[in-house]
Amino acid sequence: MTFKRQVDRLPIIPADAVEHNVTCHYCIVGCGYKAYTWDINRQGGTDPKQNKFGVNLAQQQGAETVAWYAPSMYNIVKSDGRDVHLVIKPDVDCAVNSGLGSVRGARMAENHTSQARNTQQQRLTDPMVWRYGEMQPTSWDDALDLVARVTAAVIDEQGEDGLFVSMFDHGGSAGGYENTWGTGKLYFGAMKVKNVRIHNRPAYNSEVHATRDMGVGELNNCYEDAELADTIMVVGANPLEAQTNYFLNHWIPNLRGTSLDKKKAEFPGEPVEQGRIVIVDPRRTPTVAACEAEAGTDRVLHLALEPGTDLVLFNGLLTYIADKGWIDKEFIQNHTVVATASGPQLIARPGAAVPEKDHELTDFTAALAANRTSLADCAKITGLKEADIVKAAEWIASPKAGNKRRRTMIGYEKGLIWGNDNYRTNGALVNIALATGNIGRPGGGVVRLGGHQEGYVRPSDAHVGRPAAYVDKLLIEGRGGVHHIWACDHYKTTLNAMRFKQVYKKRTDMVKDAMNTVPWGDRAAMVAAIMTAIRQGGLFSVDTDIIPTQIGQASHVWLPAAISGEMNLTSMNGERRMRLTQRYMDPPGQAMPDCLIAARLANALERVFRDAGKPGYADQFKGFDWKTEEDAFVDGYTKNANGGQFVSYERLKAMGNNGFHEPAVAFKDGKIVGTKRLYADGKFSTKDGKAKFLAAPWRGWAAPGKADQKAKYAYLINNGRTNIVWQNAFMDQDNDFVMGRMPYPIIEMHPDDMKDLEVSAGDLVEVYNDAGATQAMAYPTPTARRKQTFMLFGFPKGVEGNVVNAGVNELIIPDYKHNWANIRKIASAPAAARGLSFKSTEYKV
Amino acid sequence: MKKCDGLVEAGRRQFLRTAGFSVAGVAAATVMPTPAKAATATARVAYPSSRLANLTELKLDDPVNVAYPDNDSPGILLKLGVKVEGGVGPDGDVVAYSVLCPHKGYPLAYNQSDRTLSCPGHYSRFDVEKAGQEIWGHATQNLAQFVLRVDAKGDIYAEGVDELIYGRLSNVL
Repeated sequence: MTFKRQVDRLPIIPADAVEHNVTCHYCIVGCGYKAYTWDINRQGGTDPKQNKFGVNLAQQQGAETVAWYAPSMYNIVKSDGRDVHLVIKPDVDCAVNSGLGSVRGARMAENHTSQARNTQQQRLTDPMVWRYGEMQPTSWDDALDLVARVTAAVIDEQGEDGLFVSMFDHGGSAGGYENTWGTGKLYFGAMKVKNVRIHNRPAYNSEVHATRDMGVGELNNCYEDAELADTIMVVGANPLEAQTNYFLNHWIPNLRGTSLDKKKAEFPGEPVEQGRIVIVDPRRTPTVAACEAEAGTDRVLHLALEPGTDLVLFNGLLTYIADKGWIDKEFIQNHTVVATASGPQLIARPGAAVPEKDHELTDFTAALAANRTSLADCAKITGLKEADIVKAAEWIASPKAGNKRRRTMIGYEKGLIWGNDNYRTNGALVNIALATGNIGRPGGGVVRLGGHQEGYVRPSDAHVGRPAAYVDKLLIEGRGGVHHIWACDHYKTTLNAMRFKQVYKKRTDMVKDAMNTVPWGDRAAMVAAIMTAIRQGGLFSVDTDIIPTQIGQASHVWLPAAISGEMNLTSMNGERRMRLTQRYMDPPGQAMPDCLIAARLANALERVFRDAGKPGYADQFKGFDWKTEEDAFVDGYTKNANGGQFVSYERLKAMGNNGFHEPAVAFKDGKIVGTKRLYADGKFSTKDGKAKFLAAPWRGWAAPGKADQKAKYAYLINNGRTNIVWQNAFMDQDNDFVMGRMPYPIIEMHPDDMKDLEVSAGDLVEVYNDAGATQAMAYPTPTARRKQTFMLFGFPKGVEGNVVNAGVNELIIPDYKHNWANIRKIASAPAAARGLSFKSTEYKV
Repeated sequence: MKKCDGLVEAGRRQFLRTAGFSVAGVAAATVMPTPAKAATATARVAYPSSRLANLTELKLDDPVNVAYPDNDSPGILLKLGVKVEGGVGPDGDVVAYSVLCPHKGYPLAYNQSDRTLSCPGHYSRFDVEKAGQEIWGHATQNLAQFVLRVDAKGDIYAEGVDELIYGRLSNVL
């Protein structure tokens, strides 16, 4: 059955409703929204004077009207303890989305907790502890006291390396500058925790070391560049589904040709035309179909290469472009390292496995020599036609009329980041941008498209080292005594997940069994029992989150956190645009912002260490006397971020949903002055300001076990996001609209493969290999290649990570995308799948 | 996208053209005498019963343009030849939907080849054989389906709507 809300009218926003700035707290794009709240007993009217829009709502409103909101944009929530109406609708004046709402962000209101309307009742309202054999509510003081005592006891016995931490490092909800600082100051300031990892990978590391080592920060352009580029090259990304309104509002106008006036105004005297796009992805994504519908197939080049061979393509393109003389010699000469009289520049990169041999950062000439790949070899390895590789090179770099340089913007995301040989592939792509001078100039940039928003400010993480600890592996090996988790769910979003879950459950069950032997009120006996279990290989697990998570099933303490809008929160988006989401409602129950939870935990640790007669160590936990999230912001961002001294809540509030591009450089005429593009001055993020190229020759599958798995199993299990679900569905699993469409994770399969396996649409299949097994719901996809499937990543009812082996690329970067497995039918379509549509997701004109 | 822009423009013009009817309706409502006691509001809006067509006028897979609950809310009436969710008539195969995309209100186009409604604005797609289920798209709801009844003469009446129609905060204005 198709889910219908049966809502046939909504309360009207009265003219005097309170308006709040909101940045969507889900994806990297950070669309601007406005939240309106008003008292439960009041409502606006259809008369223009009686509603916020000043229009006659007794009339039908036209397409793109601001005077309409969907039922998903409405809720009844608590504000200062009172019931209020809440509408959160897209902001037409925000330059990011111009009033567009995605299927994820436009459900923010519905995805808030409402007692009155029974939404998101899964949210945690109280600190919960393992007591009498189940999770039971308790006070903050009680829960934090237990956490602090066990943590202190583990540190006493094992040192700080016995404390394992999994913590977000991003912006948006479960992140943001306030919360990354709060947690960062605790674990990297008060302590120097080394066994630490991030929400989506098993170590504390960059996803894009190479571009940073080359001196090119990964978010270096602005969204307007997608409107100005002659050509957009996009690699391993699916922006229509994963950066939706960036794509719709900034890429599509270029591909439609409706940004031509902007191009003419920006580039007088330069030939401009409707944009072109080169899409590098083994899979035909909905993005490809939309681009073709808008620009026509003659302006869209989809390079469906052999999975994992992106590096070869980039080296082939670089070679062809260089041999044609289409490189930007002046840029290379002035802004990148150049060979000296004594030979090429050879610069060891930090953390290289074998420093004396890894001279991979170098000058253009040396990199080109190392990477040289003939067209024939490039075509052979990538499986692409030579003509298509040439066409891509032409679209990227051939000079325009009047010998004007072509403006090419390059975007990439998880297909590259979670792909084969991350470091070299990343570097090989950045090589193309540097060689063609396409960084720091309008219509250019070589950028991550991003997943979450960003919002990172923490004390130095240098002590973590490089390569960083492979934390999930260490946990499997029985290391560590206490595990603090902040909005991470390894059970859904790690590799080798099946093994991880087996061991994690066993270790935490040992502690649960020990806790069951002691009365709750005897704290000393409780800590002693827990420590005995830990000495025997047990693990004490503390999960700070907004809901009971899957890993939380194993935890002994849950600490309830607030989300964006229940607290003031700052973040920046994929063009470094920083905004403040204002608090517009109460967090549920006793939930608190993560930064304040970290502060109260620091307070508790200080007390416990002082009581234990360790005043010196206790003193390290001073400086956490914050009362509000703004206190954490001032202590963190204002004092530590680049340009932070120019930024305050009051100023951000005044800057509204358009905010400013970080870093801030001044405060002038009542406004924060930002930086639209990085490197516009040609000075890169290196000591001497010169960018470096990367020698990145092809070496096949880099992560251990991939080549063997490919040889052994029939189907590629590619994986990633789909439009309707945000991240690992942590909120969407409690949203009827989403669950009505996605009751199980989809696996897109070619109909002939389904026929071979005797599988029908909606059937549950088992995906299994040497790493583990998982399940998915078959979705027939005629545009898929034979034997190449695509599965939804990180979904609760079928964790793709179960079939990702433990092998990682260098610097502990997982290759989540490349898995091979066999597939068999488990069951015919369950009831929830029988009412589903399995028609093509592709738009056609 | 010129083609589609044209379609969107047509949609906008239609809104402008039909707006006058609504204004007249509101004006009429305002002259009604104010009751001494407020009437008890209904839990749901009161839907009109509107005759859309007769069964004999429907051809297989040939959508008929309709409007419901009023002229400003365009829809289509379809005979699919297979029994579907919400379908009426002797074969349970007659359905009707709003054709305003619940994302941004662009007029949806019917694609006979796979029996879907697609939006030229931002590519959302809806399945007319599955009660308007959003196959893929940006709308946060499935497509508004008109609740139908067929009388003994074969006249098809619309008598309700199961989702909020785009562009109005009450399905009946």
